Amino acid sequence: MSFVSRGFRRRRPDADPSRVPPGQYVTTDYPVLSAGPTPHTSPEEWSFAIDGEVAEARSWTWDEFRALPSEEVTVDIHCVTKWSKLDTVWRGVSVDTLLDGVDTSAEHSTQYSDGGYTTNLPLADVTGGKAWVVYEYDGEPLEPEHGGPARMLVPHLYFWKSAKWIRGLRLQLEDEPGFWETNGYNNHGDPWKEQRYWGD
Amino acid sequence: MDALMLDGNAVAGLLHEAFGAEMTTATGTCDACGASQQIGAVHVFRGAGVVLRCHRCESILAKIVVRRGQACVDLRGLRALVALQGTSEA
Amino acid sequence: MEGAALLGRLTWQLADVVDIVPETAGVKTLALDVPEWPGHRAGQHVDVRLTAEDGYQAERSYSIGSAPNGTRVELTVERLDDGEVSPYLTEELRPGDRLELRGPVGGYFVWEPAVGGPVLLVGGGSGVVPLMAMIRERAAAGSDVDMRLLLSSRTLDDVIYRDELERLAGSGLTVTQTLTRSQPTGWAGYARRVDAEMLAEVSPGAEDRPHVYVCGPTPFVEAVATALVSLGHEPDRIKTERFGPTGG
Repeated sequence: MSFVSRGFRRRRPDADPSRVPPGQYVTTDYPVLSAGPTPHTSPEEWSFAIDGEVAEARSWTWDEFRALPSEEVTVDIHCVTKWSKLDTVWRGVSVDTLLDGVDTSAEHSTQYSDGGYTTNLPLADVTGGKAWVVYEYDGEPLEPEHGGPARMLVPHLYFWKSAKWIRGLRLQLEDEPGFWETNGYNNHGDPWKEQRYWGD
Repeated sequence: MDALMLDGNAVAGLLHEAFGAEMTTATGTCDACGASQQIGAVHVFRGAGVVLRCHRCESILAKIVVRRGQACVDLRGLRALVALQGTSEA
Repeated sequence: MEGAALLGRLTWQLADVVDIVPETAGVKTLALDVPEWPGHRAGQHVDVRLTAEDGYQAERSYSIGSAPNGTRVELTVERLDDGEVSPYLTEELRPGDRLELRGPVGGYFVWEPAVGGPVLLVGGGSGVVPLMAMIRERAAAGSDVDMRLLLSSRTLDDVIYRDELERLAGSGLTVTQTLTRSQPTGWAGYARRVDAEMLAEVSPGAEDRPHVYVCGPTPFVEAVATALVSLGHEPDRIKTERFGPTGG
């Protein structure tokens, strides 16, 4: 990169550099990225399931889900398209709560969503306090364009690993690369190791 | 209707870099519904990568990710892609 | 030659900014000289890339507003308040600077005299830019093809290329305007959003199979295209260029 546009600079918010992974730029707005048309699923239609390699699949309706113990979390999120947003506030149910009592020998999982999006993760990356199914952002119900009624939140990885419009988590014995992992994006996606693409 | 949606024409530059030719006038056939459309008229969404969808049924026609100067392209949603042979005329 | 594919690599080039001309309060035309420019067709666009000192890059597409003319390329850019690139292009950039761009691209949304007519152009706000290239190309070629522009703007002060459109109207070019937010006293044009009734009054009939080009914010394009289809126009004859939720 040799050419620099004279006088072009970003409006850059002050950020502690230790919170910004390599190659990322902090933003104060909230860009909307999508692989397809925004689904509009009503709470009445919505359900969330834990299925796949389990003795018994379980699922919750919207009301049942909202009755589960929830928590407010404040996390930084990092999109592979290079923007990071610090101190985002969400409310939702920990995946540990959803998996409580689930008997499985699965080590892999796939998140699946309305609209057909999928993303894969080792089970170890969505357990132990690392992931939530969230339905509120910044104190308000999650809007459809940002993934509402509910989305996955897995902040320690690039944000494509947090599926919008989430409908379930499938536990699997084999790893099954998802929507972007099959087309150039890294299978794991750790922003601190800058694992953006295949081969990183 | 999705306010985020663009036309295939909006990613003409990306397509030209990926395929080495102007692709918006190429004709693609959707593998899901059989609809034929010029690539310039497909529906485009920008996620982590670019997704081209059929303007009739919204099935995915193609996905494109630019990975460090290379284009990773998934064309499984296109049953056929017909592009005219080029000439040396600009 | 409609549909000819341009073989060869598309590379980023550096253009020289020759002049920056205000069009309306929030809109400027950047007159560029692109040394290796291969020429372009009316309706095509370029991708512009800005690079900051820290390596950050932002890329956006802008329609070419000028008719083909050697190495000269004009981009008309609307400043978006929360934009990242347009404020730089309309407020910081100055003659003598260089701008990185790639193009021309977009063989799909083009018109040239060989395509013929009748032609219906429907633009919303800065969506008029690629349509203006077509209008200018028609004038430069001395074509008398039946071409009709329906342009939607918020107020009269927001109408881009207003004087030139007035001058060029005639000899087969019809310019019809609608102002959606406020109109001056004595306004003779339309005063509402584009709808099927307005299109029926302005457009050639569907039986004449006009070539239609619609450009502007996505919701505008969606509404116009739907209305045209309801009037019997063939979907394949309607070419759209959506600018996204907010515009170019």
